[in-house]
Amino acid sequence: MNRRDFIQLSGMGLGAMMGSSIPVLGNIVTADHLLEPAADVAFKKRMADIALNATKSRGATYTDVRIGRYLQQYLFTRENKVQNIVNAESYGVGIRVIANGTWGFSATSDVTPEGIAKCAETAVAIAKANSKIQKEPVILAPQKGVGEVSWKTPIQKNAFEVPVQEKIDLLMKVNSEAMKNGAGFVTSNLFLVNEQKYFASSDGSYIDQEVHRIWPTFTVTAVDKAAGKFKTRDAISSPMGMGYEYLDGLASEKIAAPNGLVGYRNSYDMVEDAIMAAKQAKEKMTAKSVMAGKYDLILDPNHLGLTIHESVGHPTELDRVLGYEANYAGTSFATLDKWKTKAFNYGSKQVNIVADKTQPHTLGTVGYDDEGVPCKEWDLIKDGILVNYQATRDQVNILGENASHGCCYADNWNSVQFQRMPNVSLRPGKEKLSVFDMIKGVEKGIYIIGRGSYSIDQQRYNFQFGGQLFYEIKNGEIVGMLDDVAYQSNTQEFWNSCAQICDKDDYRTFGSFFDGKGQPSQVSAVSHGSSTTRFNGVNVINTGRKI
Amino acid sequence: MSIILTKEEAKKIIDKVLAFSKADEMSVSLGGSRTGNIRYARNSVSTSGESLDLSLAVTAVFGKRSGTATINEFDDKSLEKTVRRAEEIAKLAPENPEYVPMLGPQTYLETSTFSESTAKIDPDYRAKAAFESIDPCSKKGLTAAGYLEDSSGFNAMGNSKGLFAYNKSTSIDFSITVRTADGLGSGYAIRDFNDASKLSTKSATEIAMQKALASSSAKALEPGKYTVILEPAASIDLLQNMMRSMDARNADEGRSFLSKKGGGIRLGEKLFDERVNIFSDPSNPEIPKAGFSGDGRPQEKIYWIENGVVKNLTYSRFWAEKKGVKATPPPSGFIMAGGTESLADLIKGTEKGILVTRFWYIRAVDPQTLLYTGLTRDGTFYIEKGQIKYPIKNFRFNESPVIMLNNLEAMGVPMRIGGSLIPPLKIRDFTFSSLSNAV
Repeated sequence: MNRRDFIQLSGMGLGAMMGSSIPVLGNIVTADHLLEPAADVAFKKRMADIALNATKSRGATYTDVRIGRYLQQYLFTRENKVQNIVNAESYGVGIRVIANGTWGFSATSDVTPEGIAKCAETAVAIAKANSKIQKEPVILAPQKGVGEVSWKTPIQKNAFEVPVQEKIDLLMKVNSEAMKNGAGFVTSNLFLVNEQKYFASSDGSYIDQEVHRIWPTFTVTAVDKAAGKFKTRDAISSPMGMGYEYLDGLASEKIAAPNGLVGYRNSYDMVEDAIMAAKQAKEKMTAKSVMAGKYDLILDPNHLGLTIHESVGHPTELDRVLGYEANYAGTSFATLDKWKTKAFNYGSKQVNIVADKTQPHTLGTVGYDDEGVPCKEWDLIKDGILVNYQATRDQVNILGENASHGCCYADNWNSVQFQRMPNVSLRPGKEKLSVFDMIKGVEKGIYIIGRGSYSIDQQRYNFQFGGQLFYEIKNGEIVGMLDDVAYQSNTQEFWNSCAQICDKDDYRTFGSFFDGKGQPSQVSAVSHGSSTTRFNGVNVINTGRKI
Repeated sequence: MSIILTKEEAKKIIDKVLAFSKADEMSVSLGGSRTGNIRYARNSVSTSGESLDLSLAVTAVFGKRSGTATINEFDDKSLEKTVRRAEEIAKLAPENPEYVPMLGPQTYLETSTFSESTAKIDPDYRAKAAFESIDPCSKKGLTAAGYLEDSSGFNAMGNSKGLFAYNKSTSIDFSITVRTADGLGSGYAIRDFNDASKLSTKSATEIAMQKALASSSAKALEPGKYTVILEPAASIDLLQNMMRSMDARNADEGRSFLSKKGGGIRLGEKLFDERVNIFSDPSNPEIPKAGFSGDGRPQEKIYWIENGVVKNLTYSRFWAEKKGVKATPPPSGFIMAGGTESLADLIKGTEKGILVTRFWYIRAVDPQTLLYTGLTRDGTFYIEKGQIKYPIKNFRFNESPVIMLNNLEAMGVPMRIGGSLIPPLKIRDFTFSSLSNAV
C-alpha cells in the first residue's frame, strides 16, 4: 500500500508545468525523519536474495529487485506567506521477472522476508498469466553482473540537511525582493528529491545508489489594473542533479548575456533572478506586440532545452517509435526505416545531438539505470543524420545492438520500470562564438530566453513554443522587448535551419523535473544541455487576442 | 481489514483519532481504494496490475499553524503516533495568516456514485475487456493500443468541530487508439462511467476502428478560420481549462480573464453566446459526484454561466470571508446544456466544415485571454453539404474558449466525457494556424 497524492498547483504559479498537479509519493513525515538513515546494505542484500531465490524456484528466468526509499521535500510560498511544506517518504520493494518469456511485476511496502516472498510469487504468477496472450517473447540484451557496487550524486551540500527555516528565509527574500522591484504577486517553490535505491538482479548485480535532485523556481506577476493587463515572468533556473550548493549563486558560474541578462551555469542566484524578473515583468506590459512573419531566432539554452526535449528527446524514444505509447503520448516520425537509410537529415550538418546519463550536475546522471546497466554516452544525431535511439535491455535487439543504452527508469519502487529519456543535449559549436557576436550577424531576428508555452503533435512534427523574454534584433542589435511571440515549425525543417551554435563557454543545461509518460503516468527528470543557437527563417506568430 | 470501509467503520476510526488530539483543531481524512488497470499496445497486453490503498491523513492546528501526517497502519498505537507527529509538524510550521477555522457539521446531498458492477471487476474482466478490443482489430489487420482503469473506494472526513462526511464511489475509464498497418490512419474513442455495465470496450473500439480506416490518406487543407464540429472529446479540455480559471481571487487580483479593465471583476457580465449554460450538479444521474468537496464544503447545484452571463465564481474560504460572500467550492465535473440534435444531425446541417474527434497537447499561450494552442488528432474530416467528404491532415489551433463560445452555431445532445456532460459543439471561425503531418 502506498499513497500517490497530488498537490493541486492552481494559484501556485506552476499550473502550466504539468497539467495542474504534481505527484507526491508516500507518507507525509517530519523534515527530521527524512534524515534518518536508510536500511543498511547488508539487510537489503539479504532481502533481495530472498526475492531472487523465490522467483528462480518458481520458474523465472530473469529477476530484478528494487528496494527503494524515495524522499521528497517541497516548499510552496506566495508573497509573505508559506503556503505548504511537504515532507514525504515512500519505502518498499518492486520485483520484476521474466517467466515463460513474459514480464511480470509486483510490489509491496512489506519489506520483510514474508512480504518479499509473497510479492515474488505474485510477480511470477502475473508473468505466467500474461504469457498466455503474449505474441513476442522478451529478448533481453545480456548484462554481466557488476557485483556489489555503489554510486552517489556528487553533491557538496545535502539539501535535506539544510534547516527548513533557512529555505523559507531564502524564498521569503526572493518574494520580498520581487515585490520591492515592482511585482504585484510572486510565488516561489523549492523541490528537493533524494532517491535511495538498491538494485539486485539474477545477473549478479547488487547496486546501491543515492540520487539527489533540486529545483528552485518562481513566478512573478505584474498587474496593471487600470489597463486590465497582467504579465508574468518565470525563473530562469534549471532543475539540477545537485545538492543545495546550486543555490550558492557563484559569480564564476554566471554568463553575461546581452541587455544585462544573466545566464546561470551550475550555480543559481535566485534573489538576483527574482529582481530581474520583477523588472522584466513590468517591462513586458509596454513591450511591442510582434509583427508575425519569418525571423532568425537566437535561442538561449534555458529556452532551447525544452525544444530539444520535445522535438528530439521524445521522438527518439524507441518505445514510441515501436508503438507502445500510441494510445497516450503518441508515436514518432523518426521511424526505423528513416534510421536504416543512414541518410535521414534530421538537422543541418552542425547539429550533433548526444544522449547521456553521465554529464555532471544533470538530472539524468546515475551510475546504473533501473535495470542494472552501467550508464554511458552515445550519439543520436551525428552531423545532422539520425544515427540512434534510446533503448532498454528488451529493446536494443531491434537496433541490432547487444548492450542496453541504460534508459530504464521507474519513478517509485511500486512503479514498473520502462524506457525513459536520458539527458539529450546539443553539442556546442567547435568554433569560438559568443552570443554577442552571434546577434551582430542577424539582420531581422528575435532573441528568446526561458521556458514558455509548448505544444507538439503526437508524432513530433509540428510544434509551437513561447518563452519568457523576447528581444527584437534589427541589423545586428537588440532594439527592444517584444510581446505576444510564439514560433511554429516542423521538427526536421527547424533543425535543418540551424545555422550557428555558440562555443562551449556558453554551454548550460536546462531541465524538466516532472516529465510525464506512460499509463498509469510516471514522472522522470531529465536535463538538456546546449549553447545559444541560431535558427534561420522561422515562422513567428502573434498570439495577442481580445476577448 | 477491508479496503472499502462502511460509513460506520470509517466514523469509528476517525472518532478514535480525534480523541487522541491535543491540538486546538483537528481534521482527519480517511480513504481506501482498489484500483486495477490493463494496458495494451501492438495488439498485445503490455502491463497490468492492481493496487490496494487504505490511508489516513491527520491535520493538527495550533492557532494559525497547521501540520499534516499520514499513515497506512490502523492499530491504536500507530494512530496515536500519527496524531502526535501531525501536532509536532504543526508546532514547527510557520503561521498561515490566511488560516480559516474548520467547518462545523454540514448537510450534504445524498448522491449515488457507487456501482457493484464496477466494484467486482477482477483481472479476468480486464483481460476480457482488452481481448474484446484487440481481437476485432487483429482480425482486420489494424493495431490497437488501449488502456482500461477501474477503481472502487471510499472517502471519509471528520473534524473536532463535529463535521463528518462519507462517500463511496466507483469509476471506470477506457481509451483506445486504433491505427492502420501502414500508419496512415488513426482513430480514437474514450469512455468513462461510474457503472462498468455501461461500458462496452468492443463498441468503443469499433468507433475507433471506423475512424482509423476512414482517416487514411488524408488531404491537406489550407490553415485558416473554419466552421468546426467539436466532439465532446475535443472540446472538454478547453472548457475544463476555462472552468478552472473561474477563481474569484485571481480575478480580484487583476490576473484572470475575468478581471476588468480599471479594476473589478466581470461577474454578471455577458461574456458568451446567450445559449451557453454551464452548471454543476452532484446529483445528476449521468455524472454523480460526492456531495462534499475536499475541504468538507457542501457541493450543490450551481450555475457558473447562465444564458451567456458569468453567474458565479469559485472562492477559497479565506477569500470568501475577506469579501463577505458565500464560499463556493470549485465543482468536480460540470454540465454544459446542449440541444436535441445528434452528432450526425449536426454534420447533416453543415454546408462546409471540419469534424474534430479530439485535440491533443493543449497548452495555455496567454492566460489573459485564455488563448490555448494544441492539435487535432486521430480522426479529422472535411464536411461538405451535410456529408463527411474526406479525411484531412491534422491542424494546429490557436483559440480561446471564450471566443469559441461566442462563435457558437449549434449544440447537440450532451454526452459524458471525463466526468462532465458536454454536447458536440458547432463553432464558426475556429482558428487553425498551421498543418501537421502527424497521423
